[in-house]
Parts: sequence; C-alpha cells; structure tokens
Amino acid sequence: MILVNLILILLVGGVIAWLAERQHPGLPRWIALIVILFDLAYLVAAADLSWTKINVVPNPSEAATWLIHYKAEWIPRFGISFELAMDGLSLLMVILTLVLGAISVSASWTDIKQRTGFFEANLLWTLAGVLGVFLALDLFLFFLFWEVMLVPMYLIIAIWGHEGRGYASMKFFIFTQVSGLLMLFAILALVVLNQHSTGEYTFSYFDLLGHGVTGDMAYLLMLGFFIAFLVKLPGFPVHTWLPDAHTQAPTAGSVILAGILLKTGAYGLIRFVVPLFPHEAMAFSPIALALGAVGIIYGAILAFGQDDFKRLVAYSSVSHMGFVLLGVFAWNALALQGAVMQMVAHGLSTAALFMIAGSLQERLHTRDMSKMGGLWQNMPRMGAMAMFFMLASVGLPGLGNFVAEFMVLVGLFKVAPWMATISALGLIVAAVYSLIMMQRAFQGKPKEGLQLPDYGVREMLTMAVMIIGLVWLGLYPQPVLDTAQPVLDSLTTLVGSGESSVVEASVVEMSTAEVADNLNSVQIVGVVK
Amino acid sequence: MNQPAMNEAAMGQTITNPVMSMVELQSILPLIVLTLAIVLLMLVIAFKRTHGITVVGTVIGLLATFLSIPLATAVGDQEMSLLTVDRYGMFFTLLLLGVALASTLLSWEYLRHRHERNEEFYLLLLLATLGALVLAFANHVVSLLLGMELLGVSLYAMISYPDRGKLPLEAAIKYLVLSGCASAVLLFGFALLYAALGSLSFAGMGERLASASDNQVLLLTGTALVLTGIGFKLSVVPFHMWTPDVYQGAPLPVAGFLATVSKGAIFAALLRLFMDAELYQYNTLLIALSVLAVASMIAGNLLALLQQNVKRLLSYSSIAHFGYLLITLVAGGVLKGGPFAVEAASYYLIAYIVTTLAAFAVISVLSSDGEDEKQEVSDLTGLFWHRPLLAGLLTLALLSLAGIPLTAGFIGKLYVFSAGIEGALWVLLGALVLGSAIGIYYYLRIIYVMTLQEDNKVIGRTIPWLGETVAVVLAGLVIWLGVFPQTLMVYIGAFF
Repeated sequence: MILVNLILILLVGGVIAWLAERQHPGLPRWIALIVILFDLAYLVAAADLSWTKINVVPNPSEAATWLIHYKAEWIPRFGISFELAMDGLSLLMVILTLVLGAISVSASWTDIKQRTGFFEANLLWTLAGVLGVFLALDLFLFFLFWEVMLVPMYLIIAIWGHEGRGYASMKFFIFTQVSGLLMLFAILALVVLNQHSTGEYTFSYFDLLGHGVTGDMAYLLMLGFFIAFLVKLPGFPVHTWLPDAHTQAPTAGSVILAGILLKTGAYGLIRFVVPLFPHEAMAFSPIALALGAVGIIYGAILAFGQDDFKRLVAYSSVSHMGFVLLGVFAWNALALQGAVMQMVAHGLSTAALFMIAGSLQERLHTRDMSKMGGLWQNMPRMGAMAMFFMLASVGLPGLGNFVAEFMVLVGLFKVAPWMATISALGLIVAAVYSLIMMQRAFQGKPKEGLQLPDYGVREMLTMAVMIIGLVWLGLYPQPVLDTAQPVLDSLTTLVGSGESSVVEASVVEMSTAEVADNLNSVQIVGVVK
Repeated sequence: MNQPAMNEAAMGQTITNPVMSMVELQSILPLIVLTLAIVLLMLVIAFKRTHGITVVGTVIGLLATFLSIPLATAVGDQEMSLLTVDRYGMFFTLLLLGVALASTLLSWEYLRHRHERNEEFYLLLLLATLGALVLAFANHVVSLLLGMELLGVSLYAMISYPDRGKLPLEAAIKYLVLSGCASAVLLFGFALLYAALGSLSFAGMGERLASASDNQVLLLTGTALVLTGIGFKLSVVPFHMWTPDVYQGAPLPVAGFLATVSKGAIFAALLRLFMDAELYQYNTLLIALSVLAVASMIAGNLLALLQQNVKRLLSYSSIAHFGYLLITLVAGGVLKGGPFAVEAASYYLIAYIVTTLAAFAVISVLSSDGEDEKQEVSDLTGLFWHRPLLAGLLTLALLSLAGIPLTAGFIGKLYVFSAGIEGALWVLLGALVLGSAIGIYYYLRIIYVMTLQEDNKVIGRTIPWLGETVAVVLAGLVIWLGVFPQTLMVYIGAFF
C-alpha cells in the first residue's frame, strides 16, 4: 500500500492545491511544496529502507525479493493487475522525482502568476504520473501512467508556456503519443504471443520476462519499446520535440521535463528493453551505441549554435542523455552504474540551469544571449550559480556529472573502444558551448542602465540543495552506487547468460566498490591539477 | 440450377408457426411498449400541446421500455422468423434506449429556447429509436430493412425540424436523396442475393452461401451492392461524402443521435449478419472490408485535420472510428468467428457511442441558449476559463476519442489492437497507428483552443442544468468504462 499511497498523496494534493486557490492565490504553492515534502518523508518513514534490505540482489522475475511489492486484481479478463514494485533503481528515481518536484515548485514561485492553483495541481499530477511510471510493473499499468502523465504536462506547456507554446506543446504530445502507440503495439503483441504459448493473458513484468518470443518478431517488439523510450530520452534522430518543448515551457515545466520526464525514457530502457529482449538488444547494441554517440556530438554542436539560453541548455540535454544510451547498451556493471548516475546528476544540473534561464527571462524578458552580457556585475550570486552548474554540466571532476560520464566511458571502452573515443570528443564540445554561454551571458561589459534584482533567499536555498547534491554525488557516490548495484547486478546476470552477449566477464566481476575507489583517486588528481 | 421457389418456407428459415406465441410476444415486449408509448404520446400532443409535458411523456415512455426489459428477458432467448431476442439484442436495446433518453433531454435543452412547436420532434425521436431497436434484434433481411427505413425516414424529418436557416433543409434533402439511393442499392443487392440463394434470413443465407458453387456473378454483384448500401449508412470511405454536410446542417442533438444511434444500430445488425451468416469465412469479403477500413482510417483522419467546424470534425472522426471498428470484423475472419471478434467490436462500439454522445452533448449544451450553434472551433476559445465543467467534460471526451488511457476509448483501442494482432493484420494495424497519430492532432487542437486566454466572453444566458447533468453522466460512463471494464468485458464476451 505504501507505493499506492505515494501516488495517491500527490493526486489528492493536486486537488487540494487547485481548490485552495480560491482562498488565496499564493496558497497552492505552499500546499504543493508541503505535499511533495510530505510524500518524501512518508517514503522514508513508511518504507523499511535499511541497507541490508537494499543490498539483497533481487531476482528480477520474483516479486518477493524486491524492496516493496503491491499487487491487486484489476482486469482479470486480460490478466491485468494493479502491480507496483520498488527496487533500488526505482527508489533512486522516486527520490530524484520528489526532490526535483520540490525544486520545480520553488521555480514556479514567482514565475506563475495566473491560475496558480491549477498550475500546481498539474505539476503534482505530472509527478504522480512519473512516480507511477517508475513503480508500475504491470505493462498495462506502466503504459497507462506513461500516457496519462502527458496530459497535465501538455497543459503546463500549453497554458503557461511562452510565445510559441501552441506549436511546442502539440509537438511534444504528438511525438510521445505516436511513439507510445508503437510501444502499446509491442506490449500487446508480446502479451498475445505469450498467451499463445502459455494459454494465459498476463501483463505482469514478472511473468513476461520468461516469454518465449524469439527471432524477427522479438526484434521488432524490442524496436517498438526502444523507439518509445528513445523519443522520451531523447535520442538522435527523434529529439526534435525537446528543444521546442523545453524552450516554451514555463521554468517549472522545463525543470520537470529535463529533470524527470527524460529519465523515464532511460528507466524504460534499463527496466524493459534489455531485460525483456536481452539477445535482441545485444544484437541491436551497435546501432544504439552509434545513435548515442551521434546524439552526444550532434547535440553539443547544435547547443553551440544557439542564441537562446534555454535552447542551448535543451540541446545540451540531448548531448548528455546520449551518455545514458551508451551506458545502457554497453551493458556492463560499470557503464550501467554510470548511466544511472548520469540520470541523477543530469537531473540536478540541468534543472538548475533551467532555473537560471527562467530567472533571466523573468528579469530581462528575453532568452536571447545577444541581448545579455555582463550580468555578473548586476547579479553576482546568480553568476556564481551559473558558473557552478555550467562547470558541473561540463563534467568537472568532483561533481556528479563527471563520475557518471567517466564511468560510462570506461565501461564502454571495454566493449567498444572506438565508440568511447568518439563520444569522449563530446566532452570537449561541451566545454566550448558552456564557456561561450557563460561569456555571452554573464561576462563582458554590462549593458547600461540595467538594474536587476539578484537571487534572494528562496532561490539560493533551492540552488544550495542542488549544489549539495552534485558535490555529494561527485565526492561520495558510493550510496547511490550501492543502491543501484544489486538491481543492475541482477539484470546483468540476466543478460550475461545470453550467447551473443558482448559483456566481458572481467568487467562484470569488477566490483563497484573498486570502481568507486578508482574514481576517488582520479578525482583527487583532477582537483590537484 | 437452383431456382428459388417463391413460397413462404423459402422466405424465412423456420416459419413453422406463423402465429406468434405468447412467450414470443413477451420477449419482444420492449418493442411493443415503445410502440404503445408512441401512440399514447401522439394522443397527448393532440389534446394539449406543451413542450414540458411531451418531454415528460417521452421520458416515461422510454423508462417504461427500460422496465419491460427484465420481463422480456425472463422468458429466455427466442428465435423468431424475423427477430432474434437474445442477450446481444437486449444489451444493444438497453444501450440505444439510454442514448435515446440522453438525446431527449438534450433536445429539450436545445429546443426550448429556439422553437415554437417542438412536440412532434419527440415522436420522431421515439420512432427512430423503435427502428434502431428492431435493428438490434433483426435476424432477417426484411426486419433489417424495416428497421433501417423506420430509422432513416424519422431522421429526415428530425434533421430539418428547426424551420429557420437553409442548412438543416439542405442537410435533410441531401440525406433523403442519398440515403434513399443507398436503400435502393441495398434492396437491389438483397434481391440479387435472394435470386442466388433463395433465402432472406441471415442464418439461411449463410447456409446456402456455404454450399453455393454456381451463380458467382449474382453473388458477387449482390454482395458488392449490399456492401455499398451498408457502407453508405455507416459512412465509411468512399461512401462518406454526405456525412459532414448532414452533420453540419442537423441540429446538434440530432447530429449526436445520427452519429450514435443510427450508426450503432446498423453496425449491431451488421455484426449479427456477419456472425449468423458466417460471412467471416469469405476472403473476398474480408479483403473488401479491409480496403474500406484502411480508406476510412486514413481519409477520415486526414480530412478531419482541415476542419474548422466541430460538427464536421466529429463527423470525419466518426468515419475514422468506423474504420477502426471494421478491423475487428476482418480479424473475425482469421479467428474463424471466435467470440473475441464480437467482444472487441461490441466494446469498441459501446465506447464510441458513449464518447461521441458525450462530445455532442457538451456542444449541444453550449448551444442551448437559442442563439446560433457554437459549432466553430473558434467558438470554444477560452472555454476552460468561463465554463470549466463543460470544457473538462469535452476534454475528456476528446481524449477518449484519441484513445488516451483511463477512458473508454483506450480500452476500445486495446481491443482493436489485440484483435488485429490475433489476426496478424499488420497492414490494418499500420493504418490504425497512422490514423491515430493524425487523430491526436485535431483532437488536441480543440483542447488547445479551449485553454487560450480570452477576455471574459460569457457563453450562455441560462444554466442548462439538465443538459449538464446528461453530459456529466456520459463522461462518468466514459471513465467508468475506461477504469473498470471487467464487468462489461465478461458480459459481452458471452454474446454469441
């Protein structure tokens, strides 16, 4: 019931926030913030999250070995049940969702002036949908959350977005919907084919892991899932919705989109694509790796070409999420850990950059960097924040993003050295576009007569949360790695048994603790330099 | 040669007792009660012309028909020479009566501010409903045509009922001429089939069809003509031309009635014909249906993209939805008429009827102030902010039409997808994915327009509480069917 309550709290909180607007337009924000923090506290208090429990390597096909599991009959006609479960991976994602949810409420504090109640309600409902995606282990339920979370997100962009919101929100919805249809098709085909061999309809992840579909059919079904997740990730060449949606969304919407919604795609790859179709995914991995590498370089180059601050950050997301694709399809313990780490670290760093972009727009009424310049003079605190998160996003050693990208590249190097080499070039381009952004917006000669309010307490507090998070991830990533490790171990063994696996035994055996030690020494070298 | 003998026995399959027994009469009680209600209502109108009393009388008549259903089902399934009374027919009776009830209430909201003499409208509505009920039970070409004509002729008058404006008149004449042609084609087709097969009952036709080896020309021509006629009535591409014009011209409650009762009842009859005559075993027919399905899905959705008028948009969307629905029939061929195809078709049809009616109900309620109908997409600008309830309901209906989870439309789509996968109909499924993808755009465009800011334009002088209640109930059904479909699934799974 804990998992159901987690989602219910947000849903009900949304309704309360909506109704509270009648009392006072500022009230919904407080309610939203309290609801999210309460949800987080509830998770920590109600769920028994001791390390001994987390460290148990779960059997992916056996629900009882998971941290929490809940199942209720729903539509027995098709073997659909209301099945939620949590393991280390979903735990990480749920915490990330709630933390970034609270941050996005803060981002909406002064940004949203009209219909605050309905806005916060939509925000909470989106979060509820995302939690559902991270927790659902019935494929029908998963798809349901996957689609339903779009509706409030669509409304957030369409109602409170900027000048081009109509086009952007439509594009966002259609891209995800159409790719979702492919996934629905794949899910149903999987269920029907499984029913032909076992004689029973079931949508349960645990049952479907042992489906007997093979050959071309399995490859096609894998592609159905893969495309849906690639769109959400977003990966090259289906990333084009992202720059529009991110640029036009209100700040809080961008934070949620970049910080959380993109991660549902990555999560889907790790949770569904590879475990359900291990052999097919491995056969497909060269293409997926190439798409990841192209995404990294292409996103970075496009980011460099932008005048729009938000668009630049959006393209940098395309680039950074390419590492997740690499990490997943390299499919060894190290690269997978890197992918998970990247999901968390990128969530924090991009959310912060979008908040900065939002604050700039609120103060300057433009996102055009050619109209900025010398802002550090006026707003030193904001400048420092921008500098910090820019460096984090570039991959400065000592911060979370470095750990993530480094682990992905090292893991990938064992499998596909050339691919790793090419992808590493992306880091250089990242430094170029980030520095250019910093220079054009914050350095140089200040424009005359500009008097802008610097960051206040609320903004600095929000930034502090993300700074602490990134530094912690960078200097002591062990807790995150430990939380994800049992899950990833269990998944890699699932795939590792396949004959076409490219995973080398030595990489799998390399314990994560060892990796972290190596990382720490690398960072010390980096810092000394 | 197989010369059809023009005698009684050949007309029907089992006319052993031409006089109906009491049990059989009891089993068609809903039809009798509704007929009596029509006669009584006519007398009431003759004595006193009052809109309110007529509506109350109509509602009482429909409720009495509802109440007669348990009495009729008490005697169990009855197979008669023209009608089959079974769970399938009774279920659709229930559904169609519900839609008729909703349409009555919506018509009351719609007509009371714009028209003087409204009373006969409800007579026509009940007559059309009676025709629809006959279709739900029809197991014979004669009853099929009878029901279809009863429904169609009442609809001509209903469409042109409001006497102001040219559009309703134009729509009625268009519908009269084209629907008349379609009926003639259908009749001729059945005549040819009768010449070839010598039977007019669904089951009898199926039996002789299975053993017929000669007369291929007659059979093919007959089938093609019948398909054309039914295609017209269901408005599938390429027989869809009349639909947008007629929907646009018809008063909103009638357009809703046309899109749900008329199409739904004819499809229900078609499904019974398909199953009773075991038509699913003929590949030629399946291929023809596939072509119609693909054309409807693609053309319907593409044409809807360009519409600025909500009624026209919904008409094209209904064309596309019947394309989706035909997939289940084609899948029935591969499934050898297994119950899954019927289950899928029935569920989709129910979801379509409830959702479409909900959408028409909202627009109809918005237009209930006696002024021009709010039928342009731009009329809905900013609806979220001055009529949040109605905007929310319309959004729900549109999301259901688009097939978003938690709505009836999604479960319907799930069924069509599953049926298509069971039947390995990859081309049709490809068209389904493509069509749905296009569909999202125009449904979403309406939702987007409703979210736009508009200086507080007030729509409506009065609060049409009755119409709003109907819309809320329909929207509730859309969600209920989408969230808890199990009960209905089990029920319709046991139809045939």
